[in-house]
Order: sequence, then structure tokens, then C-alpha cells
Amino acid sequence: MGSNIVEMRSITKEFNRIPVLEQVNFELRKGEVHALLGENGAGKSTLMKILCGVYQPDGGEIRIQGNPVKFDSSNESRARGIAMVFQEFSLIPSLTVAQNIFLMQEARNRFGLLDDHMDVRRALGLLQEMGVEIDPRLTVSQLSTGYRQLTEIATALSKDARILILDEPTASLTHTETLALFKLIRRLKERGISIIYISHRMEEIFQIADRITVLRDGRNVITDEIKNLTIHRVIEHILGHKAAQEVKRTGQSLDRSGRPLLEVRNLICTPAVNNISFKLHAGEVLGIAGLMGSGRTELLQAIFGIHPIKSGEVRVKGEKIKVDGAQASMCAHIALIPEDRRFQGLILTHSIRDNFVLPSITLQRLLHRNLFVDDRKGNSLADSYLRKLQIRSDSIFKEVRFLSGGNQQKVVIAKWMSTEPDILLMDEPTAGVDIGTKSEIIEMIRQLASERKGVIIVSSEINELLSVSDRILVMRKGQVSQELDRSEIHSEEKFHAILQGA
Amino acid sequence: MTEHTTSSEHKSHPLNEAAKFIRHIYWRDYVVYITFLIVFVIFSIGLADKGFLTPNNLLNIFRQTATTAVMAVAMTFVLASAEIDLSVGAVAGLASVTTALIVGQYGLWAGIIAGLMTGLLVGLLNGFLVTKIGIPSFLVTLGMQGIATGVAMWVTHTAPVPIANTTYTFIFGQGNVGLLPTLLLWTSIALIVGHICLKHTPYGRQTLATGGNETAARYSGINTKRIKYITFVIMSVTAALAGMLYAGRLRSGRFQWGQGDELSVIAAVVLGGTSLFGGKGSVVGTIFGAILIGLINNGLSLMGLESSQQMIVRGAIIIMAVALTGRKPQS
Repeated sequence: MGSNIVEMRSITKEFNRIPVLEQVNFELRKGEVHALLGENGAGKSTLMKILCGVYQPDGGEIRIQGNPVKFDSSNESRARGIAMVFQEFSLIPSLTVAQNIFLMQEARNRFGLLDDHMDVRRALGLLQEMGVEIDPRLTVSQLSTGYRQLTEIATALSKDARILILDEPTASLTHTETLALFKLIRRLKERGISIIYISHRMEEIFQIADRITVLRDGRNVITDEIKNLTIHRVIEHILGHKAAQEVKRTGQSLDRSGRPLLEVRNLICTPAVNNISFKLHAGEVLGIAGLMGSGRTELLQAIFGIHPIKSGEVRVKGEKIKVDGAQASMCAHIALIPEDRRFQGLILTHSIRDNFVLPSITLQRLLHRNLFVDDRKGNSLADSYLRKLQIRSDSIFKEVRFLSGGNQQKVVIAKWMSTEPDILLMDEPTAGVDIGTKSEIIEMIRQLASERKGVIIVSSEINELLSVSDRILVMRKGQVSQELDRSEIHSEEKFHAILQGA
Repeated sequence: MTEHTTSSEHKSHPLNEAAKFIRHIYWRDYVVYITFLIVFVIFSIGLADKGFLTPNNLLNIFRQTATTAVMAVAMTFVLASAEIDLSVGAVAGLASVTTALIVGQYGLWAGIIAGLMTGLLVGLLNGFLVTKIGIPSFLVTLGMQGIATGVAMWVTHTAPVPIANTTYTFIFGQGNVGLLPTLLLWTSIALIVGHICLKHTPYGRQTLATGGNETAARYSGINTKRIKYITFVIMSVTAALAGMLYAGRLRSGRFQWGQGDELSVIAAVVLGGTSLFGGKGSVVGTIFGAILIGLINNGLSLMGLESSQQMIVRGAIIIMAVALTGRKPQS
């Protein structure tokens, strides 16, 4: 037991008398990667926030290298070598990489002024040691998400962190960036740094983790070596009695002879969409695959009128529509579930109801006498969608920032489903969402297709794409590099190779 | 018996429940009403012998706050959309001047139209510079403040322009309908129209959404620039109306009418629970905020404080109000 660098015993925590953690145990060995798993709301983040000193436990004890500790603030836990790399990044975009890494611990020259050159050299050394190639003189705003994450880890290491907590670190990384991160994680492990790894992506966990701990409803379910487990078993542990649904596409024959529901012709929208054409038929689910920066997101945004298009046309049921602002696309019965629900999808400080009715109001629905918002109608509609999508909230008047990620995503979906679109564009609809919600969303997409709607889905999760799509467009550098029928794709591995351009 | 009570205490003591409830309501939203009540009670008792509670004094408070209150209603929309307008006081001054000049030469209706057109023009300009050119509203309206005051001083050679038209002064400030001063009616109209617009029309919802998260609003199909444009136009036209009320009450137009009002207007709005950072607003709170400031002014002068001392007390109250209601929510 001497090798345990962190021991959390019988940790108990409640909010407003609702127990969030009940007698939870967690231990971390020196130099291991320990995956912490569970659905949203299972208590993972609360447990980690307790370890970081953000929350104080109501009961239980924490030992670091055998010594009992009590953290009253995150500064105290940081002083003991614990660092959390946040999902939402905490870097200052206008400062350089070096300035960010050494923020508040800058080198000084002999006049006592800040020595930027020295910091650049120190940063270079640190980044080289990590095996990461970043120019420390670049400002953070110039970096891609993946590099920002690596910078964030460098910041933690510069403060002599011995324990790193990575919360959904690959959520917005490309495949190559993920590989770079894994390489770094293995390197850190060799140096005796311990890592707590939170993720919903099973394949990754089986690639990188040594042990896992599963939490469910604020209690321990299992802690075990990864080699004793299979993906299927882990999912069962996470979901409990709920049967782990296999994601498999039931083949269906589509009639693609008629007039397409949506047709995109030679669409150009600078900088990322460069001459794209495709058709979407009623009842079809079209998957779009591609690496980060391949123009997937920008394509959906262009169709929805978020960015002004340069040339090309979008036709809905044969008729050319004016692509000019989201409202025009909405009038053509197109809806977009955007990539970033917190930033693009929701007004976090507003209630579920207020978020829900927004697109309908813009479409001049839910009004009486065409002048006033009909709140009674809006309330009952919101209520019915709350039940239909099983959004976990005690009321439609709750501010959405108080909901879990999965429930927030459902609110975004609900607000767009209520506009009854014919064409639904979904950008990473299951990112950062727990497994239960994920399979509900997948089920919803299939349901929409069976109702003769058209769905375009962008996803970084290959197995998710393969499980819902009838056809997949592979994008590279703003163009469609390949169009594949689902039946042409035989394995995930082969598809990965296509994606990487091999 | 004792055992019984202790165990039930553990379960749910009504006092505990009440304490929990109090902790859970957003008491910041009610700061303005609570403060209003406290100040009113204190003045009623402390200034009883100075005539605070006489109907005439109370109506005077409404007369004096009408201009601020009317502007504050429109400012609620501006702040709710996460913008700011610092030109309102100067626009009021300019509109008082144009109205007074035109009423004298071309009569009542021409004067009213001239005043409103002044506001419309400034609003279109403010809105254009903020939404089309992309200059922050803080800077645009700060500049506009100087321009409006300058123009008003220039066309009048800084002299007041008297208004002799009694119909005008009746409607816009001095008259009474029955027992009620017309200024009180203007405030009431602003309150009712503003409240309905903010809470019950698509424009109000879209303004709140734009201020709450402009990107998400745009992704929901809202033309956020148009919303902001409209808001700036409404603001300036309302400021011009306030200037016309000044002109009616003081029977003249002058560049100084309304000067510095932007601060008490913004203070009234923030005091009323509208977020300085957008996305949240209440017209009813705003009106209470405006009247509260008028109440304090009135009480302080009844107490015999000099205007210098009044300014200090007013400044302190505004800071307190912002400290209590205007902080950014932490998530």
C-alpha cells in the first residue's frame, strides 16, 4: 500500500441534502494511469473537485503519500502537486505559450523585471522534455485545441505537479492529436507521474489506462486492472441494470431515385468549405467524417447560414433557398444542433423554457395575435418535450447551467425538434454526453430517419458514425475526398485508415 | 415528549425550511423593493414634520423622476442586450432644444415631431456605428454625448430657448389630469409598454437572448445586430421624449437639461435588477429603481443637505446598489 500516492477513503458529500457521494473510496498508485468512469452525475467531477480542494468533503479522509491532508482551497492541493487540466481551458489566449506556462512564476532579470527570453528558453526545455513541438513564442490564440491542451499540461508540470487530473482530454482532439497526447501520457508515467483520466470514450481507456474505477449514483461500483475487463463489462458496470445497448446499424434499403430533400451544389464558404456538392434524401442519415479542421463543422454552419457563403447553392426539395442568416434556413425547415452546446446552443443563465421557445419565436410560432409570446403554449410544449426526451429537471423554469451536460444537450435537441425540421444537421451531438444519453440520441436519430426526415451527422466517434449512417462523406481540406455507402465499410480499422488519408 | 420534539426537529424544522428557502431565492432581484420599502419607512417617520408624506411632496417626487424613469425603461433593453448608451442625457438636452425652437416657430405638432426626429437620427447613427461598423457602444455613445451637447450649445449659443405654447407645456410636464400630473402618466405609459415589450413580445425575448449569449442567439435564428440596432433607436427616441418632458416642465429647451442623467438612469436600471452584463432585466424593477433615487434626492433635500452633500450620498448609494445587484454571476 506504500505505493499509493493518493488515498481517498469513505468520501461523503451532499448538496442541498441530496447525497452526491456516499462512502466513496479511490486510490491512485505512483506512476499509473487510473481511469475514472461513470455516467454524467455519477459523482466523478465532485470527487475530483474534492481532491483539488474546490469542494470540502462532508466526511471521509484524504491521504497524500500516506499523510492525511485537508484542502481548504485549490491552492493548497496544488502545493501538494495535484493539478487538474480542465475541459474548458484556463489559458489566456492573448499571451504566448511561454508566458502562460510561467504565469505568476516568471523569470526575472537582474533589474527585477520580467525576463521573457529566459522564460522562452525554460519553456523550450520543458516542452522538449515532454516531447512536444510547440514554439513557445506563439500566442495561445494561434494554437489548435490539441496544442492548447498540451500547453496546459506543460503549465501543470512547470509547477512540479505529481498528480494530473485529465477531464475529457480528447473531447475536442483529432486522432493525431490524441496519439500525441497518449505518447505524452506514457512518457509522464515513466517519470513517475500519476494520472487520473476521465473520459467517456471506451477505446481510449483500454488503450491508455492501467486500472479503472467506476462510480454509479455516487457509490463505488468496481476498481480493477483494465486487463481483467472487457469494454462490454465496463459498460455494464457504468450503466448498472440498464442493458448495455450494442450500437449496430440495421441495414435498410433507401430509395434514392426521387427528388432529394437537400441538395448542395458547389458550395464555397471561406476558408474551410471549398466546393462541396452532395445530396440528402428523405429518410437518410448522412454521416460526415474527417479530421479536425477538415471543414465538417464549417459545412454545416454554411448550410445553416451562419457564415456568408461565397458561391454555390443549397436546394431544399428542389427549390433554391437563400442562405443568409440562420432564420432563412430555419424557414426552409433546416435545424442545426451546434457543436458547442454551452457557447452556441444555449443561453446558460436562462431557463429551459426560455431556451426552448427561442427558435419557435423566431419562426413566428407560439405567438398569439402575432404580437405576443404565448407563454402558456410554450410552457406546455416545453413540458411535453421534457417528458418525451426524459430531461432530468424538476421544472422547465430551471436555469440550464444547473443541468448536467447530457441534459443540456437534450434541451438543445428539444428546442430544435420542436420546430419540426425536415432536415436536421447535428454537429457532434454526443460529445461529452454520458452513455445512457448517447444511446438515446442515437435512437432518436434512427427514429427521425424512419419518419422520412433527413439527418446529417458530424462525429469524431467512428463507431457512432458507422452505427447510424446510411452513407458517409469523408472530408479533407474543405472538400469531399470520398463518398462511401455504409455497406462498403467493413471494419472500423479500415475506415480509420481512410480518414487518415492512407 | 422531549425526545419526540428533538427527532422531529431533525427531520424538518419549519424555521430551517424557511432559512433554506431564503437562501435559495435570488434575493438580489428583490434588493430594489426591499431598499425602497426601508427608505420610504425611514423618511416617513424621520421627515414627517418636514412634510415628506404630503400628497404634494409625493407627487413632486414623481414629477422629478419622470424623465429618468422614462429613459431608464429604454435603458433596461440596452443593458439587457449587453450594450450601453452614455449619450442619453445629452440627447435629452438636444431634443429639448430642437423641440423648443420648432414649437416656437412652427407650432405644437412640428415641435413634437422635431424632438422625436432628433432622437431617431441619433439612434440610427448610434446603432449604425455599433452594429455595422463594429465600434463598442461605450465609445460610440461617449462620443455622441459630446456631439449632442455641442450641437445643442451651438444652435442656441448656450442660451435657454423659452416655450410659450401652453398646450405643449401641459402635455409634456406641467399639466394635471384630474389629480394626477401628466408626468406621472408618462411614467406609467413607459412602465406598461416597456414591461409588456420585455416580458411578452418576441422583441423582448430576443433582446434578452442576445444579451445572454449572442452566439447562441444567432444560432437560434435571431438577427442579433438588428435587435441591437432597434434597441439603440428606441433608446435615443425615448431619451428625446425625456428631453421634451424636461422642456415642458421647465418651459424651455436648454443643452443642460438632462446633463449627467446617464449615470442615474443606468444606476436606476442596475438597482432594479437588470444585469450590466446582459441577458437579464426587469422594467418594473427599473421604475422602482428610478423612483427610489428620486425618493432619496427628495429626502436629502428635505433634510436640508446641500446639493454637494446630496451628490456624495447619491454616489455612495449607486455604488452600493451595483455591489448588491450588479455582480457577474459565478458559475
